[in-house]
Amino acid sequence: MSVKKIPMRDGYGKALLELIAANPKVIALDADVAKSTRSGWVKDKFPDNFIDMGIAEQDLAGTAAGLALGGMLPFTSTYAVFMAGRAWDEIRTTICYNNLNVKIAGAHAGISVGPDGATHQALEDVAIMRVLPNMTVVCPCDAEETRKATLAFAKIDGPCYVRFGREAVPVVTDETTPFELGKARLCREGSDVAIIACGAMVYESLEAAKVLADENISAEVIDLHTVKPIDVDAVVAAAKKCGCVVTAEEHQIFGGMGSAVAECLAKNFPAPQEFIAIQDTFGESGQPQELMDAYGLNQSSIVAAAKKVIARK
Amino acid sequence: MEVNLKEMCRTVREDILTMIHAAGSGHPGGSLSSVEIMVALYFGDVMKVDAKNPDWNDRDRFILSKGHVAPVLYSVLARKGFFPVEELGTLRKFGSILQGHPHKAHTPGLECSAGSLGQGLSVANGIALAFKKLGTGQRVYCLMGDGELQEGQIWEAAMFAPQQKLDNVCAIVDYNHVQLDGTVEEIKSLDNLPARWNDFGWNVIEVDGHDVNALVHAFKLAALTKDRPSVLIAHTVKGKGVSFMEGDCNWHGNCPNAEQLAQALAEVRGATS
Amino acid sequence: METAALQKVARRVRFEAVRMIYEGKEGHPGPALSCADIVATLYFDVMNIRPDQPDWEDRDRFILSKGHGCPIWYATLNERGYNNPKVEHFHLRELGSIFQGHPSMHSGVPGIDMTTGSLGNGIAIGAGMAYAAKAHHKDYYTYVICGDGEMQEGVTWEGVNMAKGRGLDNLVVFVDNNGFQSYKTIEFTIGQNNMADRFRAFGWHTQEINGHDVEQIKAAVTIAKATSGSPHAIICRTVKGKGLSYMENNNKWHKGVPTEEQWEITKRELGGE
Repeated sequence: MSVKKIPMRDGYGKALLELIAANPKVIALDADVAKSTRSGWVKDKFPDNFIDMGIAEQDLAGTAAGLALGGMLPFTSTYAVFMAGRAWDEIRTTICYNNLNVKIAGAHAGISVGPDGATHQALEDVAIMRVLPNMTVVCPCDAEETRKATLAFAKIDGPCYVRFGREAVPVVTDETTPFELGKARLCREGSDVAIIACGAMVYESLEAAKVLADENISAEVIDLHTVKPIDVDAVVAAAKKCGCVVTAEEHQIFGGMGSAVAECLAKNFPAPQEFIAIQDTFGESGQPQELMDAYGLNQSSIVAAAKKVIARK
Repeated sequence: MEVNLKEMCRTVREDILTMIHAAGSGHPGGSLSSVEIMVALYFGDVMKVDAKNPDWNDRDRFILSKGHVAPVLYSVLARKGFFPVEELGTLRKFGSILQGHPHKAHTPGLECSAGSLGQGLSVANGIALAFKKLGTGQRVYCLMGDGELQEGQIWEAAMFAPQQKLDNVCAIVDYNHVQLDGTVEEIKSLDNLPARWNDFGWNVIEVDGHDVNALVHAFKLAALTKDRPSVLIAHTVKGKGVSFMEGDCNWHGNCPNAEQLAQALAEVRGATS
Repeated sequence: METAALQKVARRVRFEAVRMIYEGKEGHPGPALSCADIVATLYFDVMNIRPDQPDWEDRDRFILSKGHGCPIWYATLNERGYNNPKVEHFHLRELGSIFQGHPSMHSGVPGIDMTTGSLGNGIAIGAGMAYAAKAHHKDYYTYVICGDGEMQEGVTWEGVNMAKGRGLDNLVVFVDNNGFQSYKTIEFTIGQNNMADRFRAFGWHTQEINGHDVEQIKAAVTIAKATSGSPHAIICRTVKGKGLSYMENNNKWHKGVPTEEQWEITKRELGGE
C-alpha cells in the first residue's frame, strides 16, 4: 500500500502565504536557499514581503531582529545546520535575550537530507535551540503539522524555532487534526510502552506500534511536536500508564527531544527509557532511506527498543 | 531647550568615570571615545526622541553595537531625561536597570540589547528596512567600535544596506584604534577603512569624532544622502579626556581607583574643548 | 605543462565530473565546471605536490571553499594520480563511498586537505595554513578557490582582514566569479559586482583574469608569487556550467543531473580527446 507523501517544507511555504495574505507585516527572509525552504513561494506571490539576504546567516538573524523591532513579523529560513549553528549567537543574544518576535525555520534538518553529506545534515539544532530562554521549539511530523505550527507561531509573541526535513514524508495528520503549541498529540493509545516521537519518526513509531500489536504488545504513540515548552502532563501520564518509554527522533541522542523527555521524567516520574536517535556521530552521504536504516532511525529499531525497554520495567 | 554641547560632553565624561568607579568595573576607554558622538546624536538636534515617551512610535532609533560602552549611553539617556540621573550610581549592581551590557527590558530609551560584538548593524538595517516597508520616515543610527569591524557579520550587513538602498541608516565607526588586547593595527589592521566602506557601496563621511559640532553637521549631511546608507568614520582617541587612559588598551575595561578618579575628573572638568 | 595539454586535462576532468554526477544521480555540475580550468591548472602546472605522497609536509595546500563544486576536485585528483589505482566509478554521494557530497578530509580521498561544505570558511582556513607555513619557515603556498556567492559570508571578510594584517603573501585566493549563486544572480542579492575593488580596499594584491584561460591563470600565479607583502586575490571571470552548451549560464544547473539525452550531448561536447 502506498502512503501519500509530502515534504514538510511545503507546509511551511503554504503557511507563509496564508499569513501574508492576512497580515502584510509578515515578511519572509532567506539565505539563498529560498527554493528549498519554500520561502521562495512568498517571493513569487508577494515579492514585497520577501528578502533574500544572500549567503549570510548571521546577518539574516540580526536583520530579522531589527525588522521585529521596527514593527514587522519576520519569518527566517535557511538550512537548519546554518540557521541554528552559524547564527546561534545572534539568535541567543539579539533575538532571545530581547525576546523578539522572530520566527525561525531550519530546513533540510536531519540525516535524511541524504547525499549532500555530513556538512549539511543538521543533527544538533534542536539541542542548541532548546537551551535558549524564551525560545519555543517545534519538530512537526508532516507537512500539515508544519503548516499549523507555522501559523501558530504567528499567534504567540516571542522567538520560535521549527525544524523540518527535505524529503517527502508520509502524511500523518490532516486539516482537522487538532494542533496546539505545547500540547502533545496522542496518536495511538497503548499500555505496555509509550513511544514518544517527533518529526518523521512519528510515522515510523505508528508503524512500529502496528508490528508490536501483532506480537500482543500494546504501544502508545505520542507526537511530541513541541519539544519546548515540553508537555509535562502528557509525558508523565504516558510514563505512568505504560511504565516505560521509547523516544524517537532524527537528531543527536544528546540534547534533543529524548533528552527533554528524560529530564522531565527524571524530575517527575523516573522510568526506563530507550533512545532512538543518532548515536553521537556525524552522518555521511547516501540516499535518505538508506541512511535512516543505516543509523537505526526506522520502525524496526523502534520495535527492538520497545521490547528492550519493556524488559527493563 | 538649548544645550551647550561641549558642557554636556564634560558632564557625560564625569558620569562615565564616576559610575564605573562606583560600579567597580566597566569600560571607560571606549565610552570616553564615543562621548561627542553620543552627545551630538541626542543633544545636537539630530535624533528625534521623546524622553517622556520612550516608546513613541515615530522616534528615530539608536542601536549601540559596541555594547560594552553602555556607560556613555546610560549617561546620555539619563541626562536626556529617560530616567533619573541617580540611577547611574547603580550601574552593574544586582537589580539595577543599568546592566553591565545594555538590556532592552531594563532601561527606558534602550532599543536593543547588546554585548556580543558585530551584531548591531544587522539589527539597524532590519529596523530601517521595516520603516521603508511600512512607509514611515524615521532614521536609524548605529554606533560600532573599530575592533568589532573584525567581525564578519558587520560586512554581511555592510553588503546588505546598499543593496536595499537603506538611506535611512547612518552607521558610525568610533575609530579609536585600540581594542582589548592592543591596537587594532597590530591585531587586525583596518587600514584603508574609508575605501572598504566605499567599495561596499556606502556614502562615507570622515569626521573628527571629538568635534561635536562637526559631528552634528556630518549627521545632517548623512540625512541628506539619498539611495544609499551613510557611514561616519569618526576619528577618535580611546579614553579621550583622561591623560593616563588615552590610547592605552589597559583602560579598555578597567576601573579607576579613588585617586585615579580624582585626577581623571579634574582633567575632564578642566578641559576646554 | 603546455597550454594545449592543460586544456585537454581541463576538458577531461570536466567530463569526469559530469560523469560522476550523472552516475551518482545528484550533484552540483554548474559550480564544478566554472572552476575546472583553475583546478586543473593548479594541479597540473602550478602546485608543488606529490600525488603518491599526499601528506608530504612541504606540499602546496589546496582548499575548495565552495565545497559543493567537489566533483571537479575529485576528478582532478584522480586524473593527477592521487588514487592508485585510478578510480573508474566514483559512486558520488552514495552510502559508504569515500566521495562524499561535500569533500571530507576523513572520508578516505587522498589529497583532500580540508573538509568544506559550509560556505565562507575557505579564506580563514587558508590564512591559518599560510600563517603556519610562515611560522614554520616553510615555503609552500596555500591556494583557495571561493565562489562569488561566498563573499556574502562575513567570515570571508574576517579571513580577508586577517590575511592582510599578517602579510600572508603565501596565500592565493581565486574567486570563481561566475555571477550566479544558488538562488539568484550575485547582483540581485548583494548589489554591484565589484569583487576586485573590495579586495583591493582590504589591502590585497588583486588581479582580474579570464578564469577559463589557462595561460592567464598561470600568469596570474606567477605575478602573485613575485609580489610580496600582501595576500593575493585572483578574481576570475567565469561561466557557470562552462563547457557544456546546455549548462552554460543557466543557473538551473547549480544542482542537477543530466538526462540520458543530455548525457549524450555531454559525451559529444566533452568526451573523447
